[in-house]
Amino acid sequence: MSSLPLGSKIGALLVGMGLKGRLLVIAIPTVWLLVFFLVPFLVVAKISFSEAAIARPPYLPIVEWIDGFFRVNLNFNNYLFLLDDPLYLAAYLGSVKIAGVATLIALLIGYPMAYLIARSPPDQRNLLLMLVVLPFWTSFLLRVYAWIGFLKGNGVINNLLMSVGIIDEPLVMLQTDFAVYIGIVYTYLPFMILPLYANLVKLDEAYLEASSDLGALPVTTFFTVTVPLSLSGIIAGCMLVFIPAVGEFVIPALLGGPDTLMIGQVLWNEFFSNRDWPVASSVAIVMLFVLVIPIMLLRWAQSAGEGESR
Amino acid sequence: MSEANAVAGLKPWTDPNAVPFLKINNVTKKFGEFTSVNNVSLEIYKGEIFCLLGGSGCGKSTLLRMLSGFEDLTSGQIIIDGQDQAGIPPYRRPTNMMFQSYALFPHMTVEKNIAYGLKRDGLPKAEIATRVTDMLSLVQMGAFAARKPHQLSGGQRQRVALARALVKKPKLLLLDEPLGALDKKLREETQFELIKIQESLGVTFVVVTHDQQEAMTLSSRIGVMTAGKIVQVGTPREIYEYPQNRFVADFIGSVNIFEGRIAEDGESHVVVACPEAGLGIYVPHSIAGVIGQKVAVAVRPEKMQISKDDLGDLRNKLSGTIDEIAYMGDSSVYQIRLDSGKRVRVNQSNLFRSEESSLNYGDRVNLGWAGNAGIVVTS
Repeated sequence: MSSLPLGSKIGALLVGMGLKGRLLVIAIPTVWLLVFFLVPFLVVAKISFSEAAIARPPYLPIVEWIDGFFRVNLNFNNYLFLLDDPLYLAAYLGSVKIAGVATLIALLIGYPMAYLIARSPPDQRNLLLMLVVLPFWTSFLLRVYAWIGFLKGNGVINNLLMSVGIIDEPLVMLQTDFAVYIGIVYTYLPFMILPLYANLVKLDEAYLEASSDLGALPVTTFFTVTVPLSLSGIIAGCMLVFIPAVGEFVIPALLGGPDTLMIGQVLWNEFFSNRDWPVASSVAIVMLFVLVIPIMLLRWAQSAGEGESR
Repeated sequence: MSEANAVAGLKPWTDPNAVPFLKINNVTKKFGEFTSVNNVSLEIYKGEIFCLLGGSGCGKSTLLRMLSGFEDLTSGQIIIDGQDQAGIPPYRRPTNMMFQSYALFPHMTVEKNIAYGLKRDGLPKAEIATRVTDMLSLVQMGAFAARKPHQLSGGQRQRVALARALVKKPKLLLLDEPLGALDKKLREETQFELIKIQESLGVTFVVVTHDQQEAMTLSSRIGVMTAGKIVQVGTPREIYEYPQNRFVADFIGSVNIFEGRIAEDGESHVVVACPEAGLGIYVPHSIAGVIGQKVAVAVRPEKMQISKDDLGDLRNKLSGTIDEIAYMGDSSVYQIRLDSGKRVRVNQSNLFRSEESSLNYGDRVNLGWAGNAGIVVTS
């Protein structure tokens, strides 16, 4: 019979194509990550181990070819320098603190909003979600500048409070940590709301009814059922706010004051003002590791959450 | 015999002096223009297993949710143990509910799920532990205390859900399709277990189900619902043998309906002239009707007899041709075409073992039923 070998040939062909198709699909993001993430990372890592020099580029090569031998100059001084100068530790801690507090505030504001959207009638949810992401339609810089207009000495808020008579002289809000918190919370709030919404909208109302039926007050139900069941959404939202906020440069630069110390600004100064690329690179590498730990926590929580619901 | 058993055995609904434990007075629920529950009144007694039976959308679940406090009443009154439930939120009602989906908290172990309601009451830890352990052994889930719900089978989840709802000793336990998610074999076993547990605890059960088999085996009484109304309340036997109207006759089990008019209305019998059957059907009890009134006679398929031979002295006798035979093992179902063209369903128990059926397709058979097998339904 000729049909059998023909059939199996087609089958083998399909299997082969399927495998190729799968490889192709995986290959695109893999190549993307290699070219735009791993290669730049290795370049930065390389610079962080070299020595600064007044040259172009402003550092000495790590690998040299001298008299028929490779010479490798690995320079750990940049990292030791970070430990030496308390400025860097203070900047890391300052960044983590500001990002952490801002994340907490964003959670406290974002959770009720996400809950409300998830519990509103289905035909209204998309509109409300649209409103949440609407600010993205305007430039991020423009929105941060707008906050300057609100917060400055003769800005909208001070003028309003003074005309009503609540205060006699303008409050100093701009160029303080307070303004930085406002800027970060305002900017990253949608990143908190969206994963929380995605989680809360799937929450089966029967759990809440069961809790109420068993004698739990609404507030008890919230803390014993709703919050634990939305934990993966809470973690995802917090990471999406915390991670970019740690490295935030624009908001503290525009809204923060001289006391505001965040690692993004330090990095900027090392790179552009001091032109010390190796130290700037080591600052960046250390920051990456400060961020990798939370990302791994996020991954772990997500996989744990998936195991739970199945 | 437990007290509950004795009470149920006495049939409190037949006692004019008995005080109902749950009173539902003229309860109506509207969702916008749609009336889900329409002026329902019911009296349910302590220790009963009362089933609300009806198709989907008949309002039975809405009624249950009003009892638990999840839905407000549009009008009417619900009184549990003498206390009007108006304005009382679910978390203060003396009821507990077993949800159709079980709604076990996925982030808590079996033990924590059962302890949840007791913790909310602020009971001492030692008492909570004892009661949870007792309840776990009652539903035979002691070995699974530390498991999470997703590690349990459907039947095990059902037990945990029951335990969680019972552990607070509610005055009224509400069960929404309690066995709906179980497969047939497990469902049958669980039915009897549920009755045993109910009898040992004496809690009053209100069960919502669409499964008539479940309602028949579980309940002390059944309330049949359709389109938001209760159409008949009675014991399973009353509902099956004495349906008050066509809907109930048709909904519970299968039935043959013969349309006709009252031809003779005696003191102890009626004769319904029935052109479909080609005879006057004799029913040996009187009804409050007038001569010529349009009625129908309902006869259950298993109460009919067929034979190639003469059926002797049965009151109602017809003849027809066998159209279809379905062999079910314990019984066979025959579709008989009468001379008028009407098809009649007959169930016969297969009393003897034989390889060949004595009745075959196309056979001409006599068909009949005793006088008291039929019942007149007027609406």
